[in-house]
Amino acid sequence: MDANVKKQLLLDAVKIRKGIIEGTFNAKSGHPGGSLSIADVLAFLYRCELKVDASAPKAENRDRLVLSKGHAAPALYAALANAGFFPVEDLKTLRKSASYLQGHPNMTYIPGVDMSTGSLGQGISAAAGMALGSKFSGDAFRVYAILGDGEIQEGQVWEAAMFAAAKKLDNFVAIVDNNNLQIDGTVEEVNSPYPIDEKFAAFGWNVINIDGHSFEEIENAFAAAKACKGKPTAIVMKTTKGKGVSFMENQVSWHGSAPNADQYAVAMAELDTVQAELEG
Amino acid sequence: MADVIKTATRDAYGKALVELGQKNDKVIVFDADLAAATKTGMFKKEFPDRFIDCGIAESNMMGVAAGMATAGYTVFASSFAMFAAGRAFEQVRNTIGYPHLNVKIGATHAGISVGEDGASHQCCEDIALMRTIPGMTIINPADDVEARLAVMAAAEMDGPVYMRFGRLAVPRIFDENYKFEIGKGVYLKEGKDVTIIATGLMVERALQAAEKLAAEGIDAAVINMATIKPIDKDIIIDAAKKTGAIVTAEEHNVIGGLGEAVAAVVAETTPVPVLRVGVEDTFGKSGPALELLEIFGLNAENICAKAKAAIANKK
Repeated sequence: MDANVKKQLLLDAVKIRKGIIEGTFNAKSGHPGGSLSIADVLAFLYRCELKVDASAPKAENRDRLVLSKGHAAPALYAALANAGFFPVEDLKTLRKSASYLQGHPNMTYIPGVDMSTGSLGQGISAAAGMALGSKFSGDAFRVYAILGDGEIQEGQVWEAAMFAAAKKLDNFVAIVDNNNLQIDGTVEEVNSPYPIDEKFAAFGWNVINIDGHSFEEIENAFAAAKACKGKPTAIVMKTTKGKGVSFMENQVSWHGSAPNADQYAVAMAELDTVQAELEG
Repeated sequence: MADVIKTATRDAYGKALVELGQKNDKVIVFDADLAAATKTGMFKKEFPDRFIDCGIAESNMMGVAAGMATAGYTVFASSFAMFAAGRAFEQVRNTIGYPHLNVKIGATHAGISVGEDGASHQCCEDIALMRTIPGMTIINPADDVEARLAVMAAAEMDGPVYMRFGRLAVPRIFDENYKFEIGKGVYLKEGKDVTIIATGLMVERALQAAEKLAAEGIDAAVINMATIKPIDKDIIIDAAKKTGAIVTAEEHNVIGGLGEAVAAVVAETTPVPVLRVGVEDTFGKSGPALELLEIFGLNAENICAKAKAAIANKK
């Protein structure tokens, strides 16, 4: 990977993480843990992978991204703001009654949001429908869905997995954020979805296991997904919940709670340090 | 006298889809392994490339339909009412209704008249479920003519539509001059003593009831209310003012259906007695459709009895 691109991605990721903290702190609620775990893949998607244009968010043949794990909306909004879809300043209005930034993604009000999500298991079906629509339009665009590892306990995910493989939607990539934690504990303790990769493979998918915080591995996985014909691709990303904020890492308690003022200050100081180092 | 033409509204649905498919290549039809029964098989035969069988996975089908709609297609998603509105309720609510996507749900085998398959398949809750979704349009046609026009109108409008079709062949009520408009009820008969507001296959029975009542000297008006949401308030208020008593008739639970929609309008605008004919908050059972309609009181006799009671309740 080109060093300049990598530096830019690292910067994007830290800005997305700051946006997540900014949003959830101001909202006094929201889901920072599972937002921070997907900051890196979102940085790559919006800088390197998605054919999207912030000035034309509804362009017919744009690539689509569906955040099936809709509770990670703070990460999606931060990524969209960082990519120019709306002002970064607006992230502070997350979840406020006068704001367009709904607690979960809303495609009606928010530029760049391709599907309203939040009820787990449903986004992947809608994304499969978009991929099918693309096929009907001459393979006009690619579709990406981000799912949680807890989310895949929903049966609908496997209905969609069966469908996408049966219809040979090779323009479709499902990214599983395997941070191993859900509200009630580890995914194993609650209701183990493992082995995730073998399940998708058994459903007829091309499966790639990666470290979800390695831009090189993310880049290679998306390239391999594009090269794979006749099958959808599942990228199973090993991630750390709360990644990038020391006291939130691997702590299930940060699934759905916001930082207070002191915690906000510590988190932002950590992220500011990373940003300052990158900007040298 | 020529025999009355009898057609199931699901047949009209299948034919209308073919007609639409010929006119509009953006029309895509989804089914969940019931193409032969929902009659989307007619479309499949004509346009195999624009027919997608999702298999027995209605929740996924609704989501896929929503995604396809965002790509600029007019999508019809079909299954039995029980599974389209029941099993996939939350998918319809969150992935179609909330973003107000252009998905048309063709739900067949609604109500008790499913017949022998019994209660597990006799959906009398679908109107109630769909009515609570903001922005959802609900159409329950009375015959094949109206069913065809409803499909055409649904395709023309932007946004989600729930269309309710039956398995049972029902007599044709409307002729080729019939004008259908979403959101408009239609007087089939004027009257001054009581108004029967009916939907779906109960419209035929309402007309029969009006004849029986006439023989007893009661002048009943009959309104066909195909669109249950948005409900035609004007015609309900008109009926309440003109006749001072209303009976509703639907092949659906009396809870949450046409009757409650009408009663709400009447109570809030023009209070007069409203009595409801419908399935009395009970599950169905197996048997021949026509026999079941009698057993569950979905007949002219029951409408007549309620009409007399409503008249007696007038101030």
